[in-house]
Amino acid sequence: MTPTNRESQPDADDRPQPVQVRGLTMAYGRRIIQHDLTFTIRRGETFVIMGGSGCGKSTLLRHLIGLNTPAAGTVLRDGHDLFRADETTLDAIRRRTGIMYQSGGLWSALTLAENIAVPMQEFTDLGPREIRELASLKLALVGLAGCEDLLPAQLSGGMLKRASLARAMALDPDILFCDEPSAGLDPISARRLDDLIIELRDSLHTTIVVVTHDLPSIFAIATDAIFLDAETHTLRAQGSPRRLLDESHDETLIRFLTRGERSS
Amino acid sequence: MPETETDADDARRIPPTATRQRDGDACVIRLAGDWTDYSQCPDWHDLLPADEPDSPRAVILDADGLGEWNSAAVAFALNLALRCRARGIPCRRENLPEGLDKLLALALAVPELRQEAPAPAAGPIRRLGQTTLALLGQTAAAISFVGVIAESLVRLAAGRTRTRWSDVAAQTARCGHQAIAIVSLMGFLIGVILAFIGSIPLEMFGADIYIATLIGIGILRMMAATTVGTVMAGRTGAAFAAELGSMAANEELDAYTAMGLSPVELLVLPRFLALSLTMPLLCVYADLVGILGGTAVGVLYCGVGLQSFFQHLCATTRLSDFFVGVFTAWVFGLLISACGCYHGLTCGRNSAAVGKAATAAVVSSIVCMVLATALITLVTVLVGI
Repeated sequence: MTPTNRESQPDADDRPQPVQVRGLTMAYGRRIIQHDLTFTIRRGETFVIMGGSGCGKSTLLRHLIGLNTPAAGTVLRDGHDLFRADETTLDAIRRRTGIMYQSGGLWSALTLAENIAVPMQEFTDLGPREIRELASLKLALVGLAGCEDLLPAQLSGGMLKRASLARAMALDPDILFCDEPSAGLDPISARRLDDLIIELRDSLHTTIVVVTHDLPSIFAIATDAIFLDAETHTLRAQGSPRRLLDESHDETLIRFLTRGERSS
Repeated sequence: MPETETDADDARRIPPTATRQRDGDACVIRLAGDWTDYSQCPDWHDLLPADEPDSPRAVILDADGLGEWNSAAVAFALNLALRCRARGIPCRRENLPEGLDKLLALALAVPELRQEAPAPAAGPIRRLGQTTLALLGQTAAAISFVGVIAESLVRLAAGRTRTRWSDVAAQTARCGHQAIAIVSLMGFLIGVILAFIGSIPLEMFGADIYIATLIGIGILRMMAATTVGTVMAGRTGAAFAAELGSMAANEELDAYTAMGLSPVELLVLPRFLALSLTMPLLCVYADLVGILGGTAVGVLYCGVGLQSFFQHLCATTRLSDFFVGVFTAWVFGLLISACGCYHGLTCGRNSAAVGKAATAAVVSSIVCMVLATALITLVTVLVGI
């Protein structure tokens, strides 16, 4: 849990960016979801992938973490091609990646502490006592102190998301992917989860990639964003949402960002 | 009384009417009366017939005389407007109540979703081809899954997997001693049934004593394994598919894969090993209870002496009968766990898909078991074991 001070590292500027997407085309069979996406996620950003329902936000996230294979183009993670790298490189990338799934994705047969322990058991040399204590710490950080021995089925929706965040942070990842973190939460819980993500980012200097269509969330956390359009199947804009709202003349984007109340 | 009130309401209601009047090129449709019961309302088809020789250039919907209205009036007006739109005739609305006008505007605002034209119904030859291709694809996927399991087993043997032995132990308990009760019941009854059925022809020849041979060879070689296989396919194969399927639906499998942990090593191998270990053991147990059931019938019903029953059993049954049965059960274990896990891992992402996966697991295990039995029987008969 000792965040490295990025500014003090001499090679900070030479390191490849955490995520570079080059000409990515995503498809399910013959149905094209998005074509020819090219963008870069810079280190330390809170990057939001936004767009209406069905535009391929979650599919893009699955490509960024290597769960889906692209129809064309590729994804570079820390400069390595995610779909051509060897297992050792991939393992190293996976170890620096945390993922928070839309439905939590917690292993339902394991308690919360065991869920958080799995990545530590598999990827570190820590002993059982240290793992248990670290798991308790992660749970305390997300406001679930004392819930170590609960099963995922015993949690409310908001608690489930926070537990999922705790597991995603288990290995102190450099980059955290969140799929619809506020989906299914009431506005207060969604706000608290946003605050939590921002706090963790500021204290651990994690790059964060969030998929969402929740406008309050987008304006609260995003420092950079891309907008995917479901109708043209393309990337329509990139930039900070506030700047996009002020400067963009793209009608679809403005309608999205203002809930259809304003058009350019 | 409420009935009379309703009757009174109905009586007070003015019947809905729609009159059509040609006014030069335009056609005016006037609504009058209370449009509250759609079944009583005029049919819009009659007011704008498709085969009209002199089609109007404009349609005016006038609701000046409209009394009470509800969805009936909206549905009528909407259908009329849609028909006009389809025929390219402008439709003007006049004197509509404000609410009705707004509802119509709302319903007409978004153009109908243009569905892609459904593919023309495929002919029998095309369907045959499609089905064959789909079957080939499924077979290829199943074979590559067998390959993945085999590869994981090799790595397990080399000690390079993340399979946890505690998982293997837990799964062994689940599909081992917890299945004892149902296997006892089924095995015993199968022995009883086999003895009863066998006694009918044997008594005809006065060869009652051969009931022992029938029980010995029948149970050991075939029936115990088949019984255990069927029970475990329904009990454990379906459970494997449902468990892994709901894990797939809940993104739990993604969580393993994205972490670089193979679901095959962590989830499939423990189940595979557990079932391939317990099936032969359960088969031996079913052998015992099955022979017990057969003996009970032979001694109590057919009147064969207990001692001569066992003497005859031991004299006519070979050890190879027993081993063929146990081997068959082991093969069944491999098939059941592979089918269950395969359908679980490839499950879709909703609750209906989980049910389908469980069903497919049971059906495919039973089909595979019958095929395997045929093959084993053929080979053992040819080789003479």
